[in-house]
Amino acid sequence: MNIWEIIIISLIKILIIVVMLLLTVAYSVYFERKISAWVQNRVGPNRVGWLGLLQPFADVFKLLFKEDIIPTAANKPLHTLAPFIALFVAFSTYAVIPLGPPVELFGYKINLVVADVNIGILYVLALTSLGVYGITFAGWSSGSKYSLLGGIRSSAQMISYEVSMGFSIAGVLLMSQSLSPVKIVEAQHGWMWNAILQPIGFITFVVSAFAETNRLPFDLPEAEPELVGGYHTEYSSFKFAGFFLAEYANMAIASALIVTLYLGGWQVPYIEKLGLSYTLTTIIQIASMFLKIGALLFFFIWVRWSIPRFRYDQLMSLGWKVMFPLALVNIIWVAALIMIFNL
Amino acid sequence: MTFYDIIFYLFAAITLISALFVVSTRNIVYSAFYLLFTFFGVAGIYVLLGADFIAVVQIMVYVGGILILLLFGVMLTNKITNVEIRTGTVQLLPAAIGIGIFMGAVVAVMIWTEWKLEPAQIPLTTTKDIGHLLITDYVLIFELLGILLLIALIGAASIARRDQE
Repeated sequence: MNIWEIIIISLIKILIIVVMLLLTVAYSVYFERKISAWVQNRVGPNRVGWLGLLQPFADVFKLLFKEDIIPTAANKPLHTLAPFIALFVAFSTYAVIPLGPPVELFGYKINLVVADVNIGILYVLALTSLGVYGITFAGWSSGSKYSLLGGIRSSAQMISYEVSMGFSIAGVLLMSQSLSPVKIVEAQHGWMWNAILQPIGFITFVVSAFAETNRLPFDLPEAEPELVGGYHTEYSSFKFAGFFLAEYANMAIASALIVTLYLGGWQVPYIEKLGLSYTLTTIIQIASMFLKIGALLFFFIWVRWSIPRFRYDQLMSLGWKVMFPLALVNIIWVAALIMIFNL
Repeated sequence: MTFYDIIFYLFAAITLISALFVVSTRNIVYSAFYLLFTFFGVAGIYVLLGADFIAVVQIMVYVGGILILLLFGVMLTNKITNVEIRTGTVQLLPAAIGIGIFMGAVVAVMIWTEWKLEPAQIPLTTTKDIGHLLITDYVLIFELLGILLLIALIGAASIARRDQE
């Protein structure tokens, strides 16, 4: 393949992923509203389109036509930039997540991942640490105390939970002996999913993922009764939509990461024993990846409408005094597994 | 001019121009913001040199950790004291002499060093080798650094605690 072919194939992959991500985000907003309605014994959105299925598009167009307000006290350039940083981080993380096994298409061997880099997991960690900037800048540049407090809370929370997140990932890296997400998925063949081999790491990672995405029960950055809207209090119109989009995109990415690291990625246990054709196997594997992501997205929403919010000091002591030691225990556990069973 | 050259000059330009803005802008939050691009440019150059691990760690540590800490400090103190923190110019002559000498030393090193040249290529992964070296040849230094960081951490915690009483 020459360089132009590589560029064109990568661009097509990026386009597909962006479209998919946008649709996922739109419909996770829809399902968030629907599931919350079911939890609270209501009907939920059902006016726009069949069963309200066009509701997300109506919401987006409504937001687009609203007036874009920049407060007088705001710092204009940074106020405008913040939602773009949030969106950039949310979308570019997806580049290293493999959606399926390598496929042959039109004579090309195509990896179903935009960038198969050797340090993929570090790339994800680096980008999540960038996510703090969008929120910090949004909080500071709005020139409002609610925004500032929300922004600071959020960054403190994200930085704290990044520690236990990183240490949980260390267990996965030990097991697969690679930093590349493609290799991590390949290492989890058969029943050897990391969620089964290292349940403690799985739990700490999922909890940290909830905290990183600022979802309930850890949504203190936008705790409505105390902080109005948190860091996006002063945002309206399309910029608000940007933050909204980024939040749900982050949720989709957190789900995809959990699947890649702990739930075997696109692998279906023992599917090769069934003797299906190559094409069918590949399709089932890709479908299983999306099914797993969908199930986790449902889990995210389910938790939001079931568990009440933590208090801020509870959040911090949970992060540093429970999750972090547990992540360390997990590393020792994984190392012991590898030593004893030569995995 | 090859493809690699163009990318190199692009990253070099990003680094230098943003670094210029870091020192010339008067609003200190903007300084921190431009520093973000400087770190990015340097990370890009690391990638071009084949040091993928260093590049990502550069972003994780400097952008994800140190710069955030810096921003926190600026933002919190800026709002609480109601004093605009701004950068200004003082002691122009000594600064010019100092920088001139430093610049001369750097340029002299650049000219007289015999640089090891290698053709640009798609880099191989370096993570494994770095890991091996860190726990074999350089294990003492690695452990000492760990202890140093631990001391710094305990020191910071004890200072923060004493203030509360």
